[in-house]
Amino acid sequence: MIEAASNGMMRVGAIDQSFFTDRSSGNCIQDNKLFCPGWVADNYDRYVDPTLQHLVLVGSAVAAGFLIAFALAILAHRHRFLQTPFLAGTGILYTIPSISFFFLLLPITGRGSLTAIIALTAFNLQIIFRNITTGLRNVPPDVTEAARGIGLTPSQILRQVELPLAMPEIIAGLRIATVSTVALATLAVFANGGGLGTEIVTGSNITFKTGIIVAGSIAVIMAIVFDGILLLTGKLLAPWKRKQAIS
Amino acid sequence: MTAESVSASPVRFEAVTKRYPGAHSDAVENLSFEVPAGEICVLVGPSGCGKTTALRMVNRTVEMTSGDILIGGRSVREGDPARLRREIGYVIQQIGLFPHRTISQNIGTVPALLGWDKEEISARSAELLDLIGLDPEYGDRYPAQLSGGQQQRVGVARALSVDPPVMLMDEPFGAIDPINRSRLQNEFLRLQAELRKTVLFVTHDVDEAIKMGDRVAVLKKGGRLAQFATPTELLMEPADDFVEDFVGADRALKRLALMRVRDVDLWTAPLAQAGDQAEPVRTAVAAAEVPYALLVDGENRPLGWLSDRDLSGEKVPATPDSTADPMIDADSVLRDGLATLLQSGSLYAPVIDARGRLTGVLSVEIVSDFLASDEASESELSAAERPHD
Repeated sequence: MIEAASNGMMRVGAIDQSFFTDRSSGNCIQDNKLFCPGWVADNYDRYVDPTLQHLVLVGSAVAAGFLIAFALAILAHRHRFLQTPFLAGTGILYTIPSISFFFLLLPITGRGSLTAIIALTAFNLQIIFRNITTGLRNVPPDVTEAARGIGLTPSQILRQVELPLAMPEIIAGLRIATVSTVALATLAVFANGGGLGTEIVTGSNITFKTGIIVAGSIAVIMAIVFDGILLLTGKLLAPWKRKQAIS
Repeated sequence: MTAESVSASPVRFEAVTKRYPGAHSDAVENLSFEVPAGEICVLVGPSGCGKTTALRMVNRTVEMTSGDILIGGRSVREGDPARLRREIGYVIQQIGLFPHRTISQNIGTVPALLGWDKEEISARSAELLDLIGLDPEYGDRYPAQLSGGQQQRVGVARALSVDPPVMLMDEPFGAIDPINRSRLQNEFLRLQAELRKTVLFVTHDVDEAIKMGDRVAVLKKGGRLAQFATPTELLMEPADDFVEDFVGADRALKRLALMRVRDVDLWTAPLAQAGDQAEPVRTAVAAAEVPYALLVDGENRPLGWLSDRDLSGEKVPATPDSTADPMIDADSVLRDGLATLLQSGSLYAPVIDARGRLTGVLSVEIVSDFLASDEASESELSAAERPHD
């Protein structure tokens, strides 16, 4: 990672002297303890921008990934022969390491958050696509047969029957994608894309650990919060699932 | 053809043929018959006889290869299949309710597609819930919260939502346990007596076909029509060996389910009331069809059979040696009447009306005479009037 850094992809060589300025907490930093709460209290403001950047990275990548994967899944649902090539295509994108993806994109999109978002979106596609197609495939055939038999058109069946019934699985896919993207977006720093990764990389250049722990914790909390929001949304959108459990 | 203007339409198959792509023979071959408006026509046959294919060609969930199907004189081939299907009720064995929609929303699916407003839809849902005998509170539940029988009733209600002139039912009660199936069949016959839809009903069960059908189309392999007849004709005069075999060796007995006890010529027994002179009763017994006298009350309600010992005195006693049991309800079917006689081991049983008054005496001999006669074919009942047991 440091090699990548010295390649000039990012700016971590010059460590800000203020990083070591301890304004209150005695000799926690001198002793290099695992975690210095006093330092956090004094420096929390340096995490605000990276956190916001991180949110934008994750939000854009998941939203773009969802839109593209959704369109692909609907196409593959209408034309079954597309299922395999789409699965293979998104699978390849999924397996390309994000770091290599940054380098591949550099000549085209340059350094910055766009490159990072494209790479993260490509990573997402497979997870979301797979879940949407599985969700659509798991709709009971008797339900779609009845829908067709009472006069719903194919697009009405899709909108009124198949998508609502596939929703729990689609949400499940979004949850996995979001949580993985929160973690993966810390690498955006190598594309000069900002985010919490900047603080982690800054912290990793020195022996001082508190900074890394704080940045990492913010990412973990962000993942948990996103996951919780999606979980709740899923429950609200599928009330029939809850009632089933009661009866 | 709008749902409002027509309550039922005749359905006519004209040389309908279906061959699936790549198949070596026809699934349905040159099928022609006509179901008059307001009747139930059951398509019955062994599996693979094309009965479901024939049914599905009516709403074009399967497209026919050649021939035509006319509903109220109009070809189903005209126009958009989805619009055609909204005018045809459709009930399938697996029910296929939408799990994510409440019962009311399920019933209101087609009305919503047709652009009814919210009040109309909820009023119609409530009306249909009432019709199928479900409490209005079920409207807000989800299908998974209902029993199988309740779900199937909702399936029927959904099919009736826009009052379609034709209903297609594909083994609608096939997945229900026997007790509930019989109940659902009876409920549907009661509904049909009121609604008088033209119904095409697929089953593989001959007994269900005979019970439900005004007409029965027996299909054999390859979708060829083996016989198209009323249930009675089917039982009396099977067209060929296939039908005879399919209807079963007990087809004579099945006819007993087509006849009510009150519709056969019952025997009469000498009657006596307590305190009557015994002598004239003794004389009457010697000459009567039923060799025992019945003790009745002032309302003609049977109290018991009078034995020779009961009649040996001067007057008829108030408490005879044997009771009048078993007694048979005049509205029950002949099959059940016979079963009652056989179970109790008696040769005769008084038949009573709804108020318990004697209408005659049923004997095993009456039943066997009925089976030997052609009476069954003359006294055919339509499905709606047919007794529900």
